[in-house]
Amino acid sequence: MTNQPNTSNQMITARGLTKTFRAKGQTVEAVRPLDLSVGEGELVAFLGPNGAGKSTTLRMLTTLLPPTAGEAIVAGCDIRSDAAGVRRRIGYVGQGNSGGHTQRVRDELLAQGAFYGMGRRETRARAAELIESLELEQVATRTVQALSGGQKRRLDIALGLIHRPELLFLDEPSTGLDPHSRANLWQHIVELRRATGTTIFLTTHYLDEADQLAERVMVMDHGTVIADDTANALKASLAGDRVTLSFDSSTDAAAAASRIGGAVVAGDPHVVAVTAQGGDRALPTWIRELGDAGLRVVAATHRQPTLDDVFLALTGRSLREEAAHAGPADADADRAGEHAASVAA
Amino acid sequence: MTTTDTTARPTGFVRDTAAVYVRETRPLVRDPFSVIFSLVQPLVFLGLFGPLLVGASGGDVAGTLQWFVPGILVMVALFGTASTGANLLFEMQTGSHERTLVAPLSRSALLVGRALKEVVPLVIQGTIVVLVAVPFGFSIDVPGLIAGLGVLAIFGIGFGALSYALALACRNRDWMFWMVHQTLLFPLMILSGMLLPLEDGPAWMQVAAAVNPLSYLVDAERALLAGDFTDPNVLGGLIAAVATCAIGVFVGVRSMRKAR
Repeated sequence: MTNQPNTSNQMITARGLTKTFRAKGQTVEAVRPLDLSVGEGELVAFLGPNGAGKSTTLRMLTTLLPPTAGEAIVAGCDIRSDAAGVRRRIGYVGQGNSGGHTQRVRDELLAQGAFYGMGRRETRARAAELIESLELEQVATRTVQALSGGQKRRLDIALGLIHRPELLFLDEPSTGLDPHSRANLWQHIVELRRATGTTIFLTTHYLDEADQLAERVMVMDHGTVIADDTANALKASLAGDRVTLSFDSSTDAAAAASRIGGAVVAGDPHVVAVTAQGGDRALPTWIRELGDAGLRVVAATHRQPTLDDVFLALTGRSLREEAAHAGPADADADRAGEHAASVAA
Repeated sequence: MTTTDTTARPTGFVRDTAAVYVRETRPLVRDPFSVIFSLVQPLVFLGLFGPLLVGASGGDVAGTLQWFVPGILVMVALFGTASTGANLLFEMQTGSHERTLVAPLSRSALLVGRALKEVVPLVIQGTIVVLVAVPFGFSIDVPGLIAGLGVLAIFGIGFGALSYALALACRNRDWMFWMVHQTLLFPLMILSGMLLPLEDGPAWMQVAAAVNPLSYLVDAERALLAGDFTDPNVLGGLIAAVATCAIGVFVGVRSMRKAR
């Protein structure tokens, strides 16, 4: 694959990055020794269920959490010895809303500029630019507590971008947003990327988010990266489309399964399932040939593999189901464990 | 407290502290009435407890107010700054505090800038309380009032810093913040002699008052607002305020440095 640029233009490199928490006498390996590299200009999604270790990894890379072991260079600075250098160069949009609730939108952007040592005039101009590009004009003089979820999230992104960082971290950017606001947010991220070429590293437990936004997807589970490739390559690695053919009787189904290479009778005895490259083109041929043999296909489905299929193939579990079960209580599973540990420490 | 960006800008700790201070003060500038909300409780004490005190003491109104108003000023400082940590607590629960931790700001500045913010509302609130008392016979000694507000401001910075330290220690358990807050505040208030004189109380109360920095502060405010700069209580109150400030900022900065 050509998705990993040459090593001289790395924005993030990590070697053996590890985080273990000790809470109530138990050791939790939140992130097992992790190697990672992200090139300049890449848009990488870190995909995995809640508690997989994505946020913990992100918090180590952004200097919020000291690693137990290993090292990382982020935007040219060592996270251990030059945390200040990392902080100056990166933008970070965390899981929570980062505007102070009694602050006005524009004021909060001005304060953020001052935090990064920007001059007043420069900050004003940049704030105006971000307010316009992130569609916050209507609410610029409102307090943060009066904003909708989508507006708050756009403000978070604006705050993360005030100092024109070369690398932007987004932790679960669209969690808790309605579908319209999510689509709108994605559009802003894509637009930002197109206009500035900022390197973006985001975590998500949404398959569609990773699929829509990222060129490269790293799948994380139980503190380990289990796959790292482009979304299309990951899906292609499953070798093909999912096709099902339904029959009136189970004897017909069994007979059909024996005629198509790789086909199996799946679950329902009337249904034959097959995974095949170019399944959409093969389907009409199969229906005709089976018909010629007296086996009448009564229904057929075809779909391309999704990242959920990838996750299912890699772990034996469905990410979609885990996301559906994830209520607000465990949406912060990564951080909850970390808090427990820091309290115990 | 304003820094200009046309000339050489200060760097490091001073610049960071100024940036944090300006952010913390902005909501106050945008919505000055928020300063008045927290005045309700001290004004209730002044308006409802004051007359009772006059009746019980048998003294005249003006004389009683001269004794009582300085105590109310200390109450303003105590209640105003004790709950300020709740703002930080809230910002820790959203992502606001985390954002400042990722920014290239000195951790000490995050605490000091916030603590310094207490000064402005404190001075405004103290002035309002005094002005409210004037029509009822309270007389203002201007140099004494300025000095008195100054000592209160020093105390307020320290007590605010302690409130932030408590917030940082409580993190995700805001019930604990409020429990500690409620448990400490009223004993501190009563054992300072700000509402009723402690001389008539039992000996153990006087011992408790002797270790309560607020009682020194109350005595100092009574002397200062009467214009008596030579009263030895003034020095005691100043020492109590400076000690509270030093300990508060030290503990607060330590907590903030450990914050994640």
